[in-house]
Amino acid sequence: MWEYTEKVMDHFRNPRNVGVIDDADGVGEVGSMACGDALTLYIKVDQQGRIKDAKFQTFGCASAIASSSALTELIKGKTIEEALKITNQDIADYLGGLPEQKMHCSVMGREALLAAIANYKGQSRESLASPLVCECFGVTQEEIERAIRENGLTTREQVTHYTKAGGGCGSCHERIEEILARLKKEVPVVALPAQRRLTNLQKMRLVEETIERQIRPELQKDGGDIELVDVEGNRVMVSLRGVCTGCPSSNITIKGIEQKLKEMVSQDLVVEEVRQ
Amino acid sequence: MKVVYMDNNATTRVDPLVVQEMLPFFTETYGNPSSMHLVGARAQKAVAQAREKVAQLLNAHPDEIVFTSCGTESDNAAIRGVLEASPEKRHLVTTRVEHPAVWNQIPYLRQKGYRVTELRVDREGRLDLEHLKASLTDDTALVSIMFANNETGVIFPLEEVAQIVKARGIVFHTDAVQAVGKIPVDLSKLPVDLLSMSGHKIHAPKGIGVLYIRRGTKVAPFMIGGHQEKGRRGGTENVPYIVGLGKAAEISQQELSKESMRLQGLRDKLEHGILERIPRVLVNGKGAERLPNTLSCCFEYVEGESLLLLLSDLGICASSGSACTSGSLEPSHVLRAMGIPYTAAHGSVRFSLGRFNTEEEVDFVLENLPGIVERLRQISPFWERRAEVSKG
Ligand code: FES
Repeated sequence: MWEYTEKVMDHFRNPRNVGVIDDADGVGEVGSMACGDALTLYIKVDQQGRIKDAKFQTFGCASAIASSSALTELIKGKTIEEALKITNQDIADYLGGLPEQKMHCSVMGREALLAAIANYKGQSRESLASPLVCECFGVTQEEIERAIRENGLTTREQVTHYTKAGGGCGSCHERIEEILARLKKEVPVVALPAQRRLTNLQKMRLVEETIERQIRPELQKDGGDIELVDVEGNRVMVSLRGVCTGCPSSNITIKGIEQKLKEMVSQDLVVEEVRQ
Repeated sequence: MKVVYMDNNATTRVDPLVVQEMLPFFTETYGNPSSMHLVGARAQKAVAQAREKVAQLLNAHPDEIVFTSCGTESDNAAIRGVLEASPEKRHLVTTRVEHPAVWNQIPYLRQKGYRVTELRVDREGRLDLEHLKASLTDDTALVSIMFANNETGVIFPLEEVAQIVKARGIVFHTDAVQAVGKIPVDLSKLPVDLLSMSGHKIHAPKGIGVLYIRRGTKVAPFMIGGHQEKGRRGGTENVPYIVGLGKAAEISQQELSKESMRLQGLRDKLEHGILERIPRVLVNGKGAERLPNTLSCCFEYVEGESLLLLLSDLGICASSGSACTSGSLEPSHVLRAMGIPYTAAHGSVRFSLGRFNTEEEVDFVLENLPGIVERLRQISPFWERRAEVSKG
């Protein structure tokens, strides 16, 4: 049995904004019945480029219906530019989180939004031009890359949870691994647009990743080590191990860590050392 | 809220008579059957009686009954025990619709260098017997074919299957977890060598199963330990659960013919009622022989998990072969093997009835299900389009 939040169950049982807008300015259709979920999003945009109304129809599980409902609530009243900034994580956060295996429902919402906006602007969806990676679920390279970048994904299982790609016959696994390996090299996965507002969960994950990938290896070179104790708001509490403990220059180390975390995660972070 | 439990192929409520029978074996007769004293002797006697009752249910000899911890253990012990006992043979035949306890062993065995043939089924879930005949070779160590399917309830013609296999002198195992207690299983007539059953599908508790091993069958032990179960399965006997299983077997045997007719009546009422009230429903395995208690159907244009959760809001418990409920992204391998289109398979729901279901409960489901399906179809983008197509 899945653990759905109350909010997910509420939006599943009483979905907001169900239906069709007959004279919609933009329509986005994603998914298919064969894939197990599908969403059609309708948007009505006013003269100022603001989304006046949004409606949806969804075929899918509880979290797919809830994600669609959340998406329409999130975009109503926003300008197209603002709406474009909404990520799948925002949809999941709005619902108080989704089980990881169900994150693809939030990604489906995000993809439908991009499709509807492209349709409104009279463009064809870029992602459609991108090469198909997973044939079982019709997932393109661009969709996979976006999910990896925006969610800081590192494993193939995660890519499947977020995009469904790789969840069928498995013949695309290698290509997904290739994309993961390439993105890891090209852009650090954790590099997000600087002004992004992070949720606590994201922040935690990014802090963890930055420590794992970039800070710990450095310290270990000098025979030291670091452990993440807690993240509270913008306070990151760490404890230093090995050679670093009690080291007179550990203050410097802490400053260095803070610098790195500021750069990679958020300018507002402060790092504190917890002595054990 | 009243619970209407229609998921008896998943597990069943333990019969209160079974619980009653078990209780003294926790508190008074708690002995180890191997012990040389009166408390041990009483436990040993109780185990022997339970073994007798299970043997009667299957029409087998008590010394052919080995108690295990569950159906999955029985399946593993059977398959791996037979393969180990004849290491020179490297081929296994099974089907595409087996329970995961068998099905998920296939990749493992392939990795170990075995060849595995997975037999086809048709659209109704019926086995292709020609395919079976053609697949048997001198290298075939074992054929493992289920008795009745857990998802669709489709019953395989086991007598015919067993004869084909035994004519070639090959060891034959059947996973009969869903069949035992629902249809007659008579091992004096059925030439199977090994059979798995499970306690919690017949109103005994979870954590107890049986592997039937016909006299003379070569099987390497799966659990090595003490001399229990004649060295075929080490580990101190789970006395209270074995006693419970004995009682459950006894009740099953007494009630089988009456109960299966009653369940079939309820199932048919449910099935016809659904087909009458709800358009675009497919019954899986409709053309095949099926267990009397099982109804598996696909509601087109809706997704199974959503349906289950809305049913659950009303206290109705069923299950689904849709992708979402299992955490996988594809619908159940059984429905896929049958060639049910994905578009329908995602909306599959299984109702499996049991001893404690009543006609009022069937009526309750029939009253509420159409509204729920309709509600989800109204949300679905495809339902509307379908309507438009049929209008135009
Ligand atoms: S092509 Fe991606 S899982 Fe089959």
